[in-house]
Amino acid sequence: MVNKPALDTALENIILDYSVSKTLRIKFKGNWLIATGLPKINEVIAQLSKSSDIQQLSFDASGMKEWDSGLVAFLFHLIRECEHRDIKVDLLTLPSGVQKLLTLALKVNEKVNLEKNEKQSFLEKVADKVLKYLDGALSLLNFLGEIAVAFVRLITGRVYFRWDEFMVILQRCGADALFLISLISVLVGIILAFIGANQLKLLGAQIFIANIVGIGMVRVMGAMMASILMAGRTGASFAAELGLMQTNEEIDALQTLGVSPVEFLVLPRILALVIMMPLLTLYADLMGIIGGFIISISLLGLNPVEYWQHTQSSISLNNVWVGLTHSFVFGIIIAVAGCFRGMQCKRSAVAVGEATTSAVVSAIISIVVATAIITYVCQVLGV
Amino acid sequence: MEESVKPVIQVKNLDLSYGEYSVMRNLNFSVNKGEIFIVMGPSGCGKSTLLKVMIGLKQPQAGAVLYNNVDFWAQDEIIQQNIMRGFGVLYQGGALWSSFTLGENVALPLELYSNLSARQIREVVELKLALVGLSGHADFYPAQISGGMRKRAALARAIALDPEIIFFDEPSAGLDPISSRMLDDLILQLRDTLGATIVVVSHELASIFAVGDKAAFLDTESKSMITIGSPKELLAHSKDSRVIQFLTRGGK
Repeated sequence: MVNKPALDTALENIILDYSVSKTLRIKFKGNWLIATGLPKINEVIAQLSKSSDIQQLSFDASGMKEWDSGLVAFLFHLIRECEHRDIKVDLLTLPSGVQKLLTLALKVNEKVNLEKNEKQSFLEKVADKVLKYLDGALSLLNFLGEIAVAFVRLITGRVYFRWDEFMVILQRCGADALFLISLISVLVGIILAFIGANQLKLLGAQIFIANIVGIGMVRVMGAMMASILMAGRTGASFAAELGLMQTNEEIDALQTLGVSPVEFLVLPRILALVIMMPLLTLYADLMGIIGGFIISISLLGLNPVEYWQHTQSSISLNNVWVGLTHSFVFGIIIAVAGCFRGMQCKRSAVAVGEATTSAVVSAIISIVVATAIITYVCQVLGV
Repeated sequence: MEESVKPVIQVKNLDLSYGEYSVMRNLNFSVNKGEIFIVMGPSGCGKSTLLKVMIGLKQPQAGAVLYNNVDFWAQDEIIQQNIMRGFGVLYQGGALWSSFTLGENVALPLELYSNLSARQIREVVELKLALVGLSGHADFYPAQISGGMRKRAALARAIALDPEIIFFDEPSAGLDPISSRMLDDLILQLRDTLGATIVVVSHELASIFAVGDKAAFLDTESKSMITIGSPKELLAHSKDSRVIQFLTRGGK
């Protein structure tokens, strides 16, 4: 039998000894530690492939210094490879610790019972997506139905409603958001005034900035800015809160107690936001007008009394109602999106994150779509 | 196992507190290499707080925790992190990262602290999962497997870097008797095969008697460790009614 030379540097910790007929003896040298690196197993497997007459594998660990489970991982895969090739492995030539670990690792493991997704064709993927969206739409309809039923039960006094908690949610949806609403609305008012000033200056009609800011804020911008802010703030918080409750099985606990989670958790949140959104919108309108007023007076040099009179005369009650309609619809959208995504949340940290993101994204998209619809309807009705 | 008399962990005059509320006073014990040490006591006695102090997540009010004669809390952050690299911790709920597969969970410590190639890391991951009986589950996410399997996967992550000391926080919590027994067997096998020193925080009597070489009993009322010894010997010879009541489920 020819003694083949030891391999290159990739196998510097190994000597392959072919001196015994039909047996490959692997001699380990030096340290075999995860921290310092390990030889690549495919180099050894390549040697096994080259020598097709090998029927037994044995080891010599006398030259080995320190080892850890890196060595065991190496042997674990080598032994499995040998099993495929019908090569016997003599474990008794290994240190006893290595033998014990290998015995433990090679024990019959729990069977993988979970089915993995098989590869799907393009059409199957498209069909899956469509069905998923349909499922989602049906779930949403179902959820809206549950909310409607819960609302009727609330009116007829058949719902266990915790008023204390409702007040806390009201505060979170309303008073706690005032600072942010003020900041954003004043800035939007300022932006509208600047944009209007540039155009109206060309016509010498700068005083009509008051009309642009007033009507713009009251009719749609106040409601829209407030709702986008609330979607990111309160809608996300609803989704995360309910999602985490889903993860912690708190919602299951309510159901087993015979309490409807929609009545107990969703209804107070929707009511609170639907009540607070019109109020926040009126506040946002006022702040926007103040923002426009400040800029018009201080930087554009307009007369404050004249500005105020123009604002008053331009804003009709119709405009206010249109703005409030927007805010009412937006309130429902944000609350439903937040609560729906939260209630649908799966039980993991990632799912909570996804539910939160999805609540904000779907709320904002729905707000823009709803604005377009309301604006078109108002146009048709001449409001 | 030849060096089994060498103390790997020494806890000296340790005081634990939450803010101004004192939890435990003047704890003293040591754990030898290759020993399975149980911290036991009733709920709320401070077992988990002690564990947090031992694994470097919470600073003690006073006293010292020494690992191989190095005072952990007296070191700077870099040395503390080096010491912590020798720890493996199995948290009560497993604490697997839910956005990672089981394989990725076990691989992360190897990617951070070894120079192995991606293929070698995969080989080590497969070994670690096989050691805890989860061979072939590397591509599953934590949400797809049972609670007992999650605990075992978390154990595979804890032993990814062959830690010198493995800490277990309530390993049997939430497990059925068979899974619990399986985990107890694994604890013993890891000690015997990896030669690891093991600290187990538990109040599960079956586990305490099955795996414990030595156990310390923490008492809520006196806020101190009232006894230490082999669980079986404590049951047979302890004269303290609190210890006997605990070890017999209030039976004597």
